[in-house]
Amino acid sequence: MRWIWIDRILELERGKRCLAIKNVTLAEDVLHDHFRATANHPPQPVMPNTLIIEAMAQTAGILVGHANDFTEKVILAKITTARFCAVAPPGYCLKFTAQIERIDAAGAATTGTVERIDVATGKSQHLADIDLIFSHIDKNMSGLEFPDHNFVFTDQFFDILRQSGFTPPGG
Amino acid sequence: MALTQDDVFSKVQQVLVDALGADDDEVTTDAKLVADLGAESIDFLDIVFRLEKAFNIKIEQGEMIPDNVLNDPQYVTDGKVTDNGMAVLRQRLPHANVDEFDASRRVDDFVDIFTVNTIVQFVQSKLDKG
Repeated sequence: MRWIWIDRILELERGKRCLAIKNVTLAEDVLHDHFRATANHPPQPVMPNTLIIEAMAQTAGILVGHANDFTEKVILAKITTARFCAVAPPGYCLKFTAQIERIDAAGAATTGTVERIDVATGKSQHLADIDLIFSHIDKNMSGLEFPDHNFVFTDQFFDILRQSGFTPPGG
Repeated sequence: MALTQDDVFSKVQQVLVDALGADDDEVTTDAKLVADLGAESIDFLDIVFRLEKAFNIKIEQGEMIPDNVLNDPQYVTDGKVTDNGMAVLRQRLPHANVDEFDASRRVDDFVDIFTVNTIVQFVQSKLDKG
């Protein structure tokens, strides 16, 4: 099983950028623990920043994978920047924009921004900057070998592509 | 106008501060990237990307670090680099001082070749070639 943290891909421009959205909902158990009520404070459910980074990694990972028709095993290797200036409560929509800054045989560097959209007003607010580095692990420097099948881009990712109106490899 | 050696060092220093989260005063000429500054293998990819941006140069895979030599059985025996392997490393790493490594030749010691000065020399040679 893999936890998918984006709901829909809005745009996918090969080798350039990917836009995805995520609706934050109280149906997700994790929000009930993050943060629970204390003796002095009522509960404050917000999507954890670590999962916002994961959602960006999935958005940017699809972008990097798509650049090579999903033939590479694209693994998140480094969080270069993660700067947050707002929180993500339930009922808001998060919009992830990932752009490729650099890509070569060894891996890729991406830059990304996250916006928080209030669906009641349509107003958008800057929530985070998240820059990442991905490794094409079959071309890693340590010479380690990995299984032949692509365990990164599974059907779950391809299902999101299909449901968003894009055609994954093999249709 | 061409960058001076000091200019190159300053920019390399900033790249390493940003990529490795090191302090300015830690990034001295002789500092070893792995042993002294805590670099991990993926950091080298980050460093290459940042150097390209900072100096507006293109660095091919394996150009700064000849990664495939140490994975090649014809150049490594029992965890040590062979004479042929050393010859290839010297040819591929004109920007590095491999004499110290030649004494041990242990693959595990290879990363110690990469000091801040190695990176400065590498960038300088790229800039000189234009």
